[in-house]
Amino acid sequence: MNLTLTVNGVEHSLDVPANTLLTDLLRTQLRLTGTHVGCDTSQCGACTVHLDGRSVKACTVLAAQAGGRTVTTIEGIGSPDDLHPMQAAFRDCHALQCGFCTPGMILRAIELVEDGGALDNRTVREGLEGNICRCTGYHNIVKAVLAASDTMQEQSQ
Amino acid sequence: MNPFNYHKPSTLAEAVALHRDAEDPAYLSGGHTLLPTMTQRLAAPSDLIDLEGLAELTGIAAEDGTLSIGAFTRHAEAAASAEVAGTLPALAELAEGIGDAQVRNRGTIGGSLANSDPAADYPAAVLALNAVIHTDRRQIAADDYFRGLFETALEEGEIITRIDFAIPSRAAYEKFPNPASRYATAGVMVADFNGTVRVGVTGAGPCGCRAHAFEAALSAHLDPAALDAAELPAIDFNSDLHASAEYRAHLVRVLAQRATARLVAAP
Repeated sequence: MNLTLTVNGVEHSLDVPANTLLTDLLRTQLRLTGTHVGCDTSQCGACTVHLDGRSVKACTVLAAQAGGRTVTTIEGIGSPDDLHPMQAAFRDCHALQCGFCTPGMILRAIELVEDGGALDNRTVREGLEGNICRCTGYHNIVKAVLAASDTMQEQSQ
Repeated sequence: MNPFNYHKPSTLAEAVALHRDAEDPAYLSGGHTLLPTMTQRLAAPSDLIDLEGLAELTGIAAEDGTLSIGAFTRHAEAAASAEVAGTLPALAELAEGIGDAQVRNRGTIGGSLANSDPAADYPAAVLALNAVIHTDRRQIAADDYFRGLFETALEEGEIITRIDFAIPSRAAYEKFPNPASRYATAGVMVADFNGTVRVGVTGAGPCGCRAHAFEAALSAHLDPAALDAAELPAIDFNSDLHASAEYRAHLVRVLAQRATARLVAAP
């Protein structure tokens, strides 16, 4: 089937089988391998991307369901020279070890901050319930999200 | 995932016609049960009919004591809706507790009810709030809707369009979430309609059910202690690696008491 969608600001028109998952479209067709596939059953959150600004697990979204929509992946939020505040905070707070869960963590965490609710240790942990990390024990991830939240709020003022 | 034909109808009638004419079709709503089932090849429909964007399935409105929620309303939308928070805060809280944020951004109330997972949250609310389930062809009362494990009153090809909840004087939902999936190991909603109490239970048995003896006890005396000796619903309590039948039975009483305590304490 023919599909047009915008990924990280670039419009793509593709011909893909109907049973293509959004993860496969991103990783295999567009070579955006920053979106990771962990469990492939919508448990772990490593494949989290933004679909029209909302975080979704791309392993449980058909590429067809993203037709006409806007997708943002980890490649689209910052660059090595110009990290997104959430990326910078993850680096500064040592919020990753192996890094496999990090792209999904960061995209969900950005949505959590942008949603504008009051954030503290408890609400960040609740907000990240859909993202599993097997290295860090989450402590530094929570610190990073709270730090980035401050930076993002300052920048938006 | 096996190959299938993907359809995106633009009207409800078109969706029903596509279903009727396809070999082994399935409707796609939020997809958060169906798509993992398909990737594991436990399901292989010939045709997927995507219900997103159908005007007949959208919208939230509160009017004349009824809160009406379109079937394609995602859990996150229900949780964030001013109409839901204003008329039925217990339902907003229930929606906010489903799965995780990414799941709530995709899963829909209609999809959840059509699937009737025994551990889904919404069945407790549908039963406690005496909901009416509207479909493309009829209305189904909550008490007639849930039939068994993943089994509902829906006919082949029938589409839920909206759910009308009766707005109670007050209500509270308490669940014991599975720590990994956040599904309800057990969940209970207690709703007070001017002294007449309804209690909806989920997670405990093959499908959502009411706790009639709890309702009678609470309608007589709205106090958690009224449930100390009240009879549990006569269902086959689920027993799995997460909780034994005995534990789930215990949870149903405790959660009903907690919900009642919150309800009584609410202003």
